[in-house]
Amino acid sequence: MQKKEIAINVENLSKTYKNGVKAISGVSFFVNFGEIFGLLGPNGAGKSSTVRILSTLSNLSDGNAHIAGFNVSKSPTEVRLLMGYVAQSTGVDAWATGKENLLLQAQLERVPRKDINKRVSHLLEWVGLSSVSRKLVNTYSGGMKRRLEIAMGLVHEPKVLFLDEPSTGLDPESRRKLWNDLKYLQKQKKITVLLTTHYLEEADYLCDRIAIIDKGRVVTEGTPSELKSKISSDIVTLEIENEISIASNILKNLNGVNSTNIEGDRIVLQVTNGKKILPSLIIELQRKSIDVNSFSFNSPTLDDVYLKFTGHRFDQDI
Amino acid sequence: MQLLKRHTLATLRLPIWIAVTLVQPVIWLTIFGQLFQKVVEIPGFDSNSYIAFLTPGVVIMTAMFGSAWSGMGLIYDLNLGVMDRLLSTPVNRGAIIAARVLHASLTVLVQSIIILVLGYILGAKIESGIIGILGILISAILIGSGFSALSSGLALLTKREENLIAIINFFGLPLTFLSAAFMSEALIPDWVKVISFFNPVNWAVSAARNSISGENWSIVVFNCLLLLVFSLIAYFFATIAFKIYQRSN
Repeated sequence: MQKKEIAINVENLSKTYKNGVKAISGVSFFVNFGEIFGLLGPNGAGKSSTVRILSTLSNLSDGNAHIAGFNVSKSPTEVRLLMGYVAQSTGVDAWATGKENLLLQAQLERVPRKDINKRVSHLLEWVGLSSVSRKLVNTYSGGMKRRLEIAMGLVHEPKVLFLDEPSTGLDPESRRKLWNDLKYLQKQKKITVLLTTHYLEEADYLCDRIAIIDKGRVVTEGTPSELKSKISSDIVTLEIENEISIASNILKNLNGVNSTNIEGDRIVLQVTNGKKILPSLIIELQRKSIDVNSFSFNSPTLDDVYLKFTGHRFDQDI
Repeated sequence: MQLLKRHTLATLRLPIWIAVTLVQPVIWLTIFGQLFQKVVEIPGFDSNSYIAFLTPGVVIMTAMFGSAWSGMGLIYDLNLGVMDRLLSTPVNRGAIIAARVLHASLTVLVQSIIILVLGYILGAKIESGIIGILGILISAILIGSGFSALSSGLALLTKREENLIAIINFFGLPLTFLSAAFMSEALIPDWVKVISFFNPVNWAVSAARNSISGENWSIVVFNCLLLLVFSLIAYFFATIAFKIYQRSN
């Protein structure tokens, strides 16, 4: 029997599609009640496949997954009753009004008849769609559609909400509003949220904990600051005029330099105590007649965490 | 039930769609009716008004074609993620298919009534009265629900519009012409007669036409039973296809 205190528990989850594509190979993580948990990774990493299995839309090939103690493959109906799922592609009916979509969803989710109207109008108000609730969804903007979808995912007051790439296709303003809405839900409704994203800043700002997923595996997991502190060093970026590979070799062998990585005309270094070492790096290069056009110095970001654990930069994957 | 309402609302929002599906039978009824007026003079033709002969045939043909396209809506649902959303709720899996089939039946009912009225205006009298009309409607609904279930099943298996369109176009017209929809049974070639014996469209045409004349109710009942079996098999096929679809994910 699974512990009921854990909202989502995934153990060794694997998924191989019929065409032989191995989407997930042994993913494990857990999410506590009331947490916002992020699955962060590039397209094709296995995020959507994981969420589809957890929301009972897809069968797992191996491993175990439990939602609030219910096994997703053995008790799908119980799981469906207590979770809400908002897909990446819009699942709304474009030729029905916003209100009709919500009403239908409420009925399908078996919301008690007497509560339906109240809840639907409350949700419409909350997502700011009351004034357009009688218009066809076809006339909505992308942000409005997404807010309607989220309202639909919430109509039966689920304990667990799955959001697959919730902010894809949203402008920065709508995205910011969505984040605030999710934070509000967490605070007011104690709802557990599992979201997938390929926006580092989203994961950083929104999530209590993150699992970075790459090529069907969880490469690392923890709170955003835990992950950042796993990189003990600072990041120095040097833009080099010429002879970049020679420069890289010189820098690699210096004291205090932990690693170097060439990206175009720049070298990214992980260094211990960056503030102190930075001048000596530049002096050393100038001594070998290599010019440094610019330099920058950063504390680690999630992007750097990503780089460290996957061996490649995040935006190269997208 | 709520799903049925969804489909129905969607259809009512597109009155142009009802108009388009009605244009075709209107063309059949008026143009064919006029063009082949003299066919009834061929010795052996068992009716003396071609429009009266044609009307039940057009009702059945419209029911079949209209319903055969109902899988298209299903494919849109698959592609747009609507199906995923439905499946992530605890909704009864059978209801998803049933709502489509019921909606197709409802559409067939409305269309058939309109065609019958049109036929009446053009001179097709239904001698057997209300019972005859009922017989036509039942056979139209049965063939319609059968074909919509068949179409839904194919949609779930093929998952692509192009495939479904190809299949419907490939089978639709031949099934109509390999029946007594346009020509008296007494006058169609023997080989067509043999094929039409196994053709559900012909069962429906035969049931509808015999309902109009009201002379041979046993044929009507027998053919309606055949149609019911056809419809049930088609529905069974659709539910199996749905299971296969869910498993393939």
